[in-house]
Amino acid sequence: MKLSAFAIVASLVVALGLLVGPIFLSDYGRYILSMWIVMSIAAIGLNLTLGYAGQVSLAQGAFMGVGAYVSALMTIHGWPLPVAMLTSALVCLVLGWMLGYPALRVQHHYLAFVTLAFASLAFLIFRNEEWITGGVDGLANIPRPYFLWMATDGSLAFYYYCLGVLGLIALGYYGLVRSPWGRAFLALRENPVRAMSLGIDTRRYILVAFAIGSALGGVAGSLFAPLVQFVEPPAFAVDLSLKLLLMVIVGGSGFYFGPFLGALIAVLLPEWLRFTQGYYLMLYAFFVMLLLVISPSGILGIADKWITDRKTRVASAARAATASAFEETKQ
Amino acid sequence: MANLVNLIITGLATGAIYALVAIGFTLLWQTSQTINFAQGDFVMLPAFFMLPMLHAGVPYWLAILIGVILSMLILGYGYKKLLVDPIRKHGVLPLAIAGMALSIFMQEGVKNYTAEAHVFPALIPNLDFHIFGAVVSAQSIAVVVVALAVVIALQWLLNKTLVGHQMQATAQNSTVARLLGIPVERMVLYTFLINGALVAIASALVSPLIFAKFSTGNIMGMAAFTAAIVGGFNQVRGAIAGGLLLGVVNNIGSAYISAQYRDAIPLLLLILVILFRPQGLMGRAEERTV
Repeated sequence: MKLSAFAIVASLVVALGLLVGPIFLSDYGRYILSMWIVMSIAAIGLNLTLGYAGQVSLAQGAFMGVGAYVSALMTIHGWPLPVAMLTSALVCLVLGWMLGYPALRVQHHYLAFVTLAFASLAFLIFRNEEWITGGVDGLANIPRPYFLWMATDGSLAFYYYCLGVLGLIALGYYGLVRSPWGRAFLALRENPVRAMSLGIDTRRYILVAFAIGSALGGVAGSLFAPLVQFVEPPAFAVDLSLKLLLMVIVGGSGFYFGPFLGALIAVLLPEWLRFTQGYYLMLYAFFVMLLLVISPSGILGIADKWITDRKTRVASAARAATASAFEETKQ
Repeated sequence: MANLVNLIITGLATGAIYALVAIGFTLLWQTSQTINFAQGDFVMLPAFFMLPMLHAGVPYWLAILIGVILSMLILGYGYKKLLVDPIRKHGVLPLAIAGMALSIFMQEGVKNYTAEAHVFPALIPNLDFHIFGAVVSAQSIAVVVVALAVVIALQWLLNKTLVGHQMQATAQNSTVARLLGIPVERMVLYTFLINGALVAIASALVSPLIFAKFSTGNIMGMAAFTAAIVGGFNQVRGAIAGGLLLGVVNNIGSAYISAQYRDAIPLLLLILVILFRPQGLMGRAEERTV
């Protein structure tokens, strides 16, 4: 009970910090925080696909790219961002559904490479189809959205716009992982054969997991475009997909807060380690390998284990106390 | 027509290199269920062991030999002891992800050392000669010959020696192999050492063709995996066939179909094979591991 009270207080403090903190930050600080929001949304999507449903995807960066291009093209042509965002989500939903089909046939590393191949193909299309994507020159002058009648050109206003989207998604994500679908995803990850024998339509849920995860990648991309106000192919090369995967793993795949934490580390680390100049990615990669040796379920996995151990210790101490009290009454 | 012959021969040369890398890939998978996501970077790195020696005036063959030994120690023994052994107990997926992190680590490491593309000396001087009107580069032939020699030596090791038989037994069923008294762990280590040697040889062969650069691993890794998948993951001969096929298809495709999308050809091949024949063209169907 005590622990959940602690969790509530901690979440309130974080929420308050996210609401009030950016007022005191520089434009660059707000930009970094907005980037954290964008990456969190993409990582939430991947956490659904990988962390909950257990399907490896190295294509999340490509979906972010699709979302960013769709949103950039539409908003440049005068469409409002929410419409562009829904369109991005829908396009990525369909693409993600189709990418799920290979997952019905193959698992693990095969799937990792198929999705990697998809991400590489997407990059080639972004680069080569100049008539729509602008090729290597990219698309510039992407407008910031309006919220009702207010323009969000300033860094603070746009940050709140992103935060609002994240809030909605975090609510939906919370509901989803507790819904029958979320349970079905877990069953799929833990033991697909048993899930099937319990009457769960594993085929459908694999496709659903891919589709929803990818759609969130599209939403993240559609915020990325107005945030950076410029999209170009290298931003969505294969290493973005890799980085997103590492975010989910580092934070703790299959944990609700995993993607938030993983994205925070990935976005802040380059800032903290700026003094190391080119070496920060090396250090990050080294840290990931070390983490995988210690705890394959990420940082939250370590925390989870610590809490469980503590609970077990407390419970066994209580059991021992009652047992000795019982012995005493017998005598 | 003459052009086509040349395309096929240069394709076979790069394909033979892919095959070497893919063989290492499949060997690791068979004996230890290790998917090495950094395999491409394993090909990139040994060139940078050899280059400083070559620049310091060490004779070509000696530099290559020391490079191969270093690679066996670091990318074979070190990789297994430091990364694979501690993570393998967690399952295939964490190991695959650790491989991705290792790939970033190696690329960034080399990039910090040197971000430029370096010329790497070729096995033999680049001469062209003419056969039946077709121009054939001697270098391509040399690459194919060396790769072929390596494959034959490997096949001899696997099929004709006691250690080779023990390795095959380990690959086919490690539990039974252990019951028969085969030192399974040592056999697994041998495959890592062999992989270390294979990637170093591939590195020496491929670097003269595509330069030694920190980022070459991405292409090589994808190519090696595609070759392994296309041929069949559980077959050494599958990896060879897959590598050669990929090299030729890649070359012909980029010449006749689209240069812009030349990188897309192996990707499409990979997706098609996985969708329609996941066990590979020559592989036998494996039970799906759940």
